Amino acid sequence: MTANLRRRKWFSRFFEILCGLAVVIALIPLAMILFYVIKEGAGALNWDFFTKMPKPVGESGGGMANAIVGTLILIGIAALFAVPVGGICGIHLAEYPGTKFSSVVRFAADVLNGVPSIVVGIFAYGILVLPVKRFSAIAGGVALGLLMVPIVVRTTEELIRLVPGGLREGALALGATRSRAVFGVILPAALPGILTGILVALARVAGETAPLLFTAFNNRFWSTSLTQPIASLTVQVFTYAISPYDDWHRQAWAGAFLLVMIILTLSIAARFAVRRLERMNRS
Amino acid sequence: MKRSSDDRSFRIGTGAFAALVLLIVLGIAFELTRQSALSIAKFGLKFWTTSTWDPVSGDFGALPFIWGTLYSSILALLLATPIALGIAIFISELSPRVLRQPLAYLTELLAAIPSIVYGLWGVFVLVPIVRKLELATPAALKKIPLFNGPPLGVGMLAAALILAVMVIPFTSSVAREILKNVPSTQREAAYALGATRWEAIKVAIGFGKSGIIGAVMLGFGRALGETMAVTMVIGNSPQVSASLFKPQYTMAAVIANEFTEAADELYLHALIEIGLLLFIITVGVNLLSRMLIWSTKRRAVAPTIVTPIVAEEVAA
Repeated sequence: MTANLRRRKWFSRFFEILCGLAVVIALIPLAMILFYVIKEGAGALNWDFFTKMPKPVGESGGGMANAIVGTLILIGIAALFAVPVGGICGIHLAEYPGTKFSSVVRFAADVLNGVPSIVVGIFAYGILVLPVKRFSAIAGGVALGLLMVPIVVRTTEELIRLVPGGLREGALALGATRSRAVFGVILPAALPGILTGILVALARVAGETAPLLFTAFNNRFWSTSLTQPIASLTVQVFTYAISPYDDWHRQAWAGAFLLVMIILTLSIAARFAVRRLERMNRS
Repeated sequence: MKRSSDDRSFRIGTGAFAALVLLIVLGIAFELTRQSALSIAKFGLKFWTTSTWDPVSGDFGALPFIWGTLYSSILALLLATPIALGIAIFISELSPRVLRQPLAYLTELLAAIPSIVYGLWGVFVLVPIVRKLELATPAALKKIPLFNGPPLGVGMLAAALILAVMVIPFTSSVAREILKNVPSTQREAAYALGATRWEAIKVAIGFGKSGIIGAVMLGFGRALGETMAVTMVIGNSPQVSASLFKPQYTMAAVIANEFTEAADELYLHALIEIGLLLFIITVGVNLLSRMLIWSTKRRAVAPTIVTPIVAEEVAA
């Protein structure tokens, strides 16, 4: 082996190790965040957290019952808006993939996906808060829905395309119309995957804070009214985190723990569902 | 006949929902422009070049926020890019096959953690660590403008660090996909010429260069619009400074903090104008990055189609 080759091999080895090191460096913050969220959050999480209302400053105890319900209401509104819009849009893109219109819409969905969530919040504020001069659960839910739309569009399109072409051709050959073929045969085949995709999208928007700050705002009291300001887990965690009280910090960690657990569970479940779907397709 | 009319109404019906997605994007652009009209009319271009931010006297200039956003995002990019590319290379080229999926999944988990959780961790864990670092900085170094400033913990450095972590998964997953799309003939050719493993990887990177630049820009777009985590650790003090230790402010953070306090219309319009610029910049950055990624993927497909023809010619 010449000296030159030895030098090149050593060089190669060196950079390979650096790449491995990069993986380790990225996993350190991940491990740290999960460690602290579990350490600080799991201890603070108790039954009261789920069932009690926030206590006034100075009194210890209390929970985030209103914020948990608020988050559920908000993501419910988001899903009501985003699933039909994004789902049907995704069906159109999958059924007519090559048209100019489809590529423009696909492009628009990509743009929407890259718009910062706080900007989407301003938009929701402009169309739903400003005209009635009141923060509301509807405005917050729609803001989250707008963020969900591009994810639902992409999931639906991709999963419909995963459905074996033979199914579609079979339906059409039997004389089914396009809509019968889609809604009766193709969509049911892709549905488990699409549903898990929607769950992941819901988990993602449930963790959003910025677009809620001036749409759903916050509410210290119990409220399920859609036209009133409403509390949410994320905004509550934010409020507590920047407060100077130790008891509130503990509650913030508990809220963060709950959020992370929801998201981890859903994303792991989705992973298995998609893998199963892919295996089904191959066979 | 009935069948074709049914097909047409299906196409138009689903198309209406698709058009709605297009309308949403146009609606955002329209609404942001409309709601910032007062500020645009009153300040014009001066809005972007002056530093006064005085809601009481109604005088607004957004320069410190633009500076904070660009500076923090660029710093984050400098930190995140080598790591993200290292991850992409390791997973797609070096890692044992069994580790590939789990490692990809773990790094992508970084993208699933909500911004507010990053912020919470930033405030209670990262900021104290940064403060210790700042206190340990020797006085001689502090004379350099880069390290000049009070040891508060909150500030540009904490923001850049947290942004870097948040951006890594986006850049690395796109870069990994680009590398996966590089035809294996490229690497094989390099090995055939006696290249070492790293030299073959360099060939693959060279082939996917523009796509990898696209991946980095995608991360940049994410960093520009990131709100909560940055708001919680950057210190929220509007100033144009190169210092890593001084608290600063970003466009997204000022919107998050002051939007509900904006009592008069001009103040609100000034904040929304910042949102408008943020929209324009992020859309521009995203478009450019998608074009780069798309062109690389297209190029990656072409040679595999060409190869068999060449092979036949040689055989003939």
